[in-house]
Amino acid sequence: MSDQHHPEAPSDVEARTLALESLLREKGVLTSEDVDRVISAYEQDIGPMIGAHLVARAWVDPAYRQRLLHDAPSAVRELGYEYRADTRLVVIPNEPGVHNMVVCTLCSCYPWMVLGLPPTWYKSAPYRSRAVREPRAVLAELGLQLPDAMAINVWDSSSEVRYMILPERPPGTEGWTEEALAAIVTRDCMIGVARPQAPALTGAPR
Amino acid sequence: MNGVHDMGGMDGFGPVVAERNEPVFHEHWEAVVRTIFERTNGRYFNLDEFRRSLERMPPDAYLRAGYYEKWLFAIESILEEKGVVAADELAGGRPSSPAPSPLPKSGPAPSQAPRFKPGDRIVTRNLHPQGHTRLPRYARGKRGLVRRHYGSFALPDSNAHGRGPDFQPCYAVEFEARELWGSEARTGDRVCIDLWESYLESEVSV
Repeated sequence: MSDQHHPEAPSDVEARTLALESLLREKGVLTSEDVDRVISAYEQDIGPMIGAHLVARAWVDPAYRQRLLHDAPSAVRELGYEYRADTRLVVIPNEPGVHNMVVCTLCSCYPWMVLGLPPTWYKSAPYRSRAVREPRAVLAELGLQLPDAMAINVWDSSSEVRYMILPERPPGTEGWTEEALAAIVTRDCMIGVARPQAPALTGAPR
Repeated sequence: MNGVHDMGGMDGFGPVVAERNEPVFHEHWEAVVRTIFERTNGRYFNLDEFRRSLERMPPDAYLRAGYYEKWLFAIESILEEKGVVAADELAGGRPSSPAPSPLPKSGPAPSQAPRFKPGDRIVTRNLHPQGHTRLPRYARGKRGLVRRHYGSFALPDSNAHGRGPDFQPCYAVEFEARELWGSEARTGDRVCIDLWESYLESEVSV
């Protein structure tokens, strides 16, 4: 547990939560299986492996890439995933010379349908306040040094559109299978705070 | 409202620190809060009402609280406001009345002719509403370029306050970083924000 962003839960928060849960169960708003279902959904089924699958397919199949950029929800379903969100997913491609990253300065909107629940740093005041104003400093703190000549587009998720970044396929991955490619696409690459690396080029682990 | 939740561009929150191997939930009660949200959002309140509820947390408490603690505050307040739970029920732990009927499912957004098209130059209005809005403070009175038209979305300023969805065209609008942050920002860096039509004026008409 990070001591900076996640202080020990005061017991009253836990007590209030359990009191509300019990009340809502008695009223029939919740069932006892709901919590287990939510935990299992985000621990097993809904996570960055979905986004990585989309990215890897887009890298090996140019027609799929076009469909993903044009209508991401359909492209998610095409790979066999449910798309239950009320919000719309939009995929933004990195291009030579332009790096894209995602933030939500007003709350913590995040493309959960393809990445799962956001990490604490994404929801934190430092990221929300600084990503739009000093993206290079923020990226450096998260371990990504961009070349000076590269421009940055920051997408501030203020509506019911959820943004995911389609990273560029790194050099050194020619001929790789879709599965091997998906393995180098991390959550952070799809938020836009990291870039995928072929293992031979990978530097010190973060 | 000009609250502390509107963090884009603020200073003083320190570095962005990522937690290694972060779990999906740090504590069980967080998963319970998430579950309560998922079972009540769209059923007794809409997402804009939930966000407005978050923003009404006192600013000092908002800045101190962790993510799910903020959510708990917002859920307790909105469920009480909507008559799903009563204050005495929360205090006593026993239900005294049944939960109300769920909200009817909102209809699809109407098809509206957009005032702007990609490539149009706009200026954001200098709006400071007391209520909920999704026009961040850092982007008010700024010149930008319409990049995409997303169709019509419920206007949060109306939908968060029980005044109906007031559907409006919503656009991804691109701003030069220097327009937002002055000469210290890099030429070529940009910030894209999703903005509703009533937040925008045509640049030529101002």
